[in-house]
Amino acid sequence: MSEKPKLERQAMCDRLAMEFQDEWIVNLGVGMPTLCSNYIDPNKEIIFHSENGVIGYGPLADEGKEDKHLVNAGGQNVTAVPGMAIVHHADSFALIRGGMVDVTVMGAYEVAENGDFANWRIPTRKGGGIGGAMDLAACAKRVFIAMEHTTREGNPRLLKKCNLPVTAPSAVKLLATDLGLFEITSDGFILKEYAPGWTLEEIQAQTEAELTLSSDAQEFRFR
Amino acid sequence: MKSKIYDSFDHAVSDIPDGSTVMSPGFGQVGVPRNLLAALNRQGAKQLTAVSNNAGTLDDKIDIGTLIEAGQVKKMICAFTAPTHPSQVTPFVRMYNNDEIDAELVPQGTLAERMRAASAGIGGFYTPTSVGTELAEGKEHREINGRMHVLEYPLPGDFALIRAWRADTFGNLQFRMAQRNFNPIMATAAAVTIVEIEDKIVEVGELDPDHIHVPGVYVNRLVKIPSDGIFE
Repeated sequence: MSEKPKLERQAMCDRLAMEFQDEWIVNLGVGMPTLCSNYIDPNKEIIFHSENGVIGYGPLADEGKEDKHLVNAGGQNVTAVPGMAIVHHADSFALIRGGMVDVTVMGAYEVAENGDFANWRIPTRKGGGIGGAMDLAACAKRVFIAMEHTTREGNPRLLKKCNLPVTAPSAVKLLATDLGLFEITSDGFILKEYAPGWTLEEIQAQTEAELTLSSDAQEFRFR
Repeated sequence: MKSKIYDSFDHAVSDIPDGSTVMSPGFGQVGVPRNLLAALNRQGAKQLTAVSNNAGTLDDKIDIGTLIEAGQVKKMICAFTAPTHPSQVTPFVRMYNNDEIDAELVPQGTLAERMRAASAGIGGFYTPTSVGTELAEGKEHREINGRMHVLEYPLPGDFALIRAWRADTFGNLQFRMAQRNFNPIMATAAAVTIVEIEDKIVEVGELDPDHIHVPGVYVNRLVKIPSDGIFE
């Protein structure tokens, strides 16, 4: 097992956020994906949407300045920005199912080479936590995933086929892990960018699915 | 017209019988009808079917988890039946693992739309959400415009416990910011809608009709949260 440094979570989320385009409606999942909102490109206006019906919220509120009625999907107090709109939960998901969300960024336990991913249930535990993940995964224009390349035990998460129950089939387009940036196409996982110092072979050794090196592969971009 | 204003939360929930389906909104700790839930907990109705986004949290605030812990809920319909982290063992998780409570897991958007369908007199709807997953198994599938959908049915309630910002005496409601969440759809999906008001209850005519989030025709009972009530 290599002891080379891996990418930080913020770098992974920054890289995905670099793909956001001007005026995109973006939905960030709870946990690691919320870090995407820390990446600010002054040339792009991003509209952040949250499942609870907040359309166009701003950065996290400073301590002592929170509006107790204004939270994002993770229950964090966010700020109002000019142009923000509020709808109820059914209308918020009408917006999602209606295809208005340009990208949803989520965490996952596993991603498969056909774009399937799993993030809601561990069969050894009873029940599951879906929240809005299935609606978003099925209906957003794009699904991006941010997750560690392997499990805590070192088992691969980039698989030929998901072992866990899937959240949506054939949904994932782009994936950032702590070892690089991967696109999913009909040819499976394409390694687009690799963490500094890592080779395709070293990353492949930590991956179950077969990786293809992109013709324009390069070192991971931090900005 | 008979006044909709009740003098106490206990009075407002006194007739909720055992076996009722009770809807209670809230998302990220905002818009939770904690005073009414506390009153229903004191009232003691049992064998309830509860509809909520989640099945309670680990903090000590009153929510649907308070009624679950007290053994008042026989079935939970919600979007989370497992904790987001295995260390978060709520009363619901403990009871669910011991088969002491039943649960139906529903994707959040489907949950919201099922309630809206109930309020709108829609007999069912097809959604692409959950297609290709375990949750679609056994459900009617139909391809519409080249895309596979599953059939989902309406979800009506007997009672909705609602937290709103402002009301007039007729029951027209306004919400503030993300407090709105599930409140309007639950208020319209339930047969009897009981509302706790955070800011104030004003006279009829004082709220702008263009800025009403739930029309008063859906609202049956109003209680202003007193200064010593639960506001957060």
